[in-house]
Amino acid sequence: MQELLTSVLGDTVLVFVVLAAMPLLFILPYALVTIYLEMKISAHMQDRVAYMRTGWHGVLQPVADILKLLQKEDTIHSGADKTLFRIAPFLVFIGSYASFAVLPFSSAYIGADINLGVFYLIAVSSLGVIGILMAGWASNNKWSLIGAVRSVSQIVSYEIPIALSILIAVMITQSLNLQEITRFQEGGLQNWVLFGGPLPLWQKLLLMPFTFVTFVILMIAGIAEVNRVPFDLPEAESELVQGFNTEYSGMKFAIFYLAEFANMFVVSAMTVSLFLGGWSSPFGDFMSGPLWGVFWFVTKGMLFVILQIWIRWTLPRLRVDQLMHISWKVMTPFLFVCIFAVGLILVL
Amino acid sequence: MTENKTLPTEYVTNPDEIKTSIGKTLRTDEMIINMGPQHPSTHGVLRLEVVLDGEIIVDVIPHIGYLHRCFEKHSEHMTNYQQVIPYADRMDYLASMCNDWGYALAVERMLKIEVPERVEYIRVIMAELQRIASHLIAIGTYGIDLGAFTPFLWCFRDRERILDLFEMTCGARLLYNYIWVGGVSHDLPPKFVERAKDFCTYFRPKIKELNDLLSFNEIFIKRTANIGVLPADVAINYGCSGPMLRGSGVNWDLRRDDPYGIYDKLEWEVRVGKGEMGTIGDCWDRYMVRVREMEQSVNLIEQALDKLPEGNVQAAIPKRIRPEVGEMYVRTESPRGELGFYIISDGSTSPYRVKARSPAFVNLSVLPEISRGAMIGDLVAIVGSVDIVLGEVDR
Amino acid sequence: MTPQEIHDNLKAKFGDAILEAKMDALQPWIRIAPDAIREVAAFLHDEEAFRFDYLMCLSGVDYNDGNLGVVYHLFSMKHKHKILLRVNCTKENPHIPSVASVWASANWHEREAYDLFGIVFDGHPDLRRILLPYDWEGYPLRKDYKVPEFYNGMKVPY
Repeated sequence: MQELLTSVLGDTVLVFVVLAAMPLLFILPYALVTIYLEMKISAHMQDRVAYMRTGWHGVLQPVADILKLLQKEDTIHSGADKTLFRIAPFLVFIGSYASFAVLPFSSAYIGADINLGVFYLIAVSSLGVIGILMAGWASNNKWSLIGAVRSVSQIVSYEIPIALSILIAVMITQSLNLQEITRFQEGGLQNWVLFGGPLPLWQKLLLMPFTFVTFVILMIAGIAEVNRVPFDLPEAESELVQGFNTEYSGMKFAIFYLAEFANMFVVSAMTVSLFLGGWSSPFGDFMSGPLWGVFWFVTKGMLFVILQIWIRWTLPRLRVDQLMHISWKVMTPFLFVCIFAVGLILVL
Repeated sequence: MTENKTLPTEYVTNPDEIKTSIGKTLRTDEMIINMGPQHPSTHGVLRLEVVLDGEIIVDVIPHIGYLHRCFEKHSEHMTNYQQVIPYADRMDYLASMCNDWGYALAVERMLKIEVPERVEYIRVIMAELQRIASHLIAIGTYGIDLGAFTPFLWCFRDRERILDLFEMTCGARLLYNYIWVGGVSHDLPPKFVERAKDFCTYFRPKIKELNDLLSFNEIFIKRTANIGVLPADVAINYGCSGPMLRGSGVNWDLRRDDPYGIYDKLEWEVRVGKGEMGTIGDCWDRYMVRVREMEQSVNLIEQALDKLPEGNVQAAIPKRIRPEVGEMYVRTESPRGELGFYIISDGSTSPYRVKARSPAFVNLSVLPEISRGAMIGDLVAIVGSVDIVLGEVDR
Repeated sequence: MTPQEIHDNLKAKFGDAILEAKMDALQPWIRIAPDAIREVAAFLHDEEAFRFDYLMCLSGVDYNDGNLGVVYHLFSMKHKHKILLRVNCTKENPHIPSVASVWASANWHEREAYDLFGIVFDGHPDLRRILLPYDWEGYPLRKDYKVPEFYNGMKVPY
């Protein structure tokens, strides 16, 4: 990608600016689509139809929502810490945007093909925590503070199950480079890490229970990382009004919102790349190639985004200590057992 | 409101100066936080002053009165006992039929008049429909407090059918002014019985859907079981009634034990909390009592519709209401509990004193007792399970 | 137990404190002297034969002849009998002992009676206004109540 741009634009900084802005080309349309999907899926689950008048069946409603947010008054109340208040949304967005650099959209395109892709992903996605804490503190509002503090404890605790699940996938695929991991799973459905990877059949059969458990735990921990129901204590809890988001309005709130959707996709994409084969086609050679890669990646990622939306509108919310209990006392021991078992099976 | 003169408005440098509104000084690791008056989950304008130690609640001080509309003073100035009925409607605006009936019953007992049988059956049908509607709101908003958004919309969809039935009969969807002293204001329209029966057959499977989605959901049970446990003797001492009392295991229902209307001619059961998912008297028990009561209400409605006699519903409405000097206290079972009206008459056509003993007012007083030691998320669950309507609490 | 039996038992135990009774009214009532109401309440609550464990309602009344009163509606969950007690006091000296220690539901009911009538309950753990703002002046449900012109700068009657 970089060579292509250098040949067009010459050896300037502009090349890097364009490279860095490329994920935006994906995020903005994706955000519009996801807003529409969330609205319609939730509506049909609740036995109602959502907007029908803005465009055919409401397709222009996300545009209307974005326009509304853009033209709202951006208030900063007098008791807030102004600098931190202004920086916080952008920090949260940086946390999720920077993760787009290592997502393998296709065999031909990955933002930065680094050998530590997975490690970088875990590290950078925690940057959002600082932004949330900043938002809660700078709002000068006891409720926002409680929300932000809970969010910090939640995200930090759920990093552990995510890192351990990733470790299991890495153990099977023997690499930390996301492009390598996806190439490892090329060749069809049976080569996916979820079904044990391209290993001998007896090893796959032994591995499959553990990879299934790990996959489920990664999915759940991913939802917890994104602060969505059933783990959305830091925001939108009926007791916290909007949690750390309460005092934000207008463009800053739009950035928080965008960051949440971007994060949803990052977590889905991570799950998909590690366990479901990323951009490789499930049919082997049929429907595979660089452009088909993008199609498969985005489709599989959107599948998980839709799953997250579905779960959001079905389940109630967990209380904060129950959340911690699940992370530390249920997921982590399960994952330790899985690591031990997978390691044993791989060595045999 | 200028009541908190002891709370500082600037930052304090000396933490010993921070006091709650009733004058208790805080320890240095405690924090006062206000839930309300405007808050998504306090079901109205209720202010809860919560003293927190981290996430654990040390004390809850409820402040009410934001919706006080002087019902009792107004009713003293009415020139006619019938004119109080719209005011009584507006007390518990989610269960207006039951408010009307309570007041009308009190005045009828003072006048010693008998209403026609058709009126009694109509009143039971309306009250039970109203009970289902009120419980649907209680359940829906309880789900939404705990983060489950979908049951709320399902409950409101079913409630719309009930409101259509009410609109057919008396023209109003929320505040009816329907049950008058001595009768009802309008007779049932021709298609009412058929539509009400359709509703009953429509509604029974919906309760099962609701149970599958919310009541037996693992997360919901974890959020509500063993929370806010109200022992039976504490409940009786605090005067709790309705689903709060039945959820604590006390088998007490005014429709059966202090009978009024024709409840004694119909067959139904009283639902009591048994501690299936946790301790007896926790939030899940109270919630489940409401769900099961809805099933019983459907039974009652179907039986009453079958047995509905003919008659003139306005035959017994007195032209002039002038009770003799005396007083009367009558209690009925509203969806929230024991709704009592204490009326003192001085022999004229307007009441001398009307006191409404509202169930939500008394049920709310038990809140500090059952929420010490809980967490903030639990407080939301507990307040939701008490099922208050601020119109009734404040009158 | 019938109200007559309750009255006879109370008269036997408390003698002079039981001032008056009317058994043939729509709801039979017994009038108690203000000083003795707490002992009578405790007796009715604890004694096995009565077991009045449920206070249905406690309301204040203004009798328009210089007297205020409190009416207690008691009920027994065990024996299913009811009784109505009344206590009177004057407007100049509106003090009545509190029964909040006997029935916890009396706590908020007495606060409401204090708020709306100005009856001061001695021994109440937390007697402050409940329905009206904490700095309201006057007791609205009294028959001689005049609505104030201004409250904190806002015009009241409109």
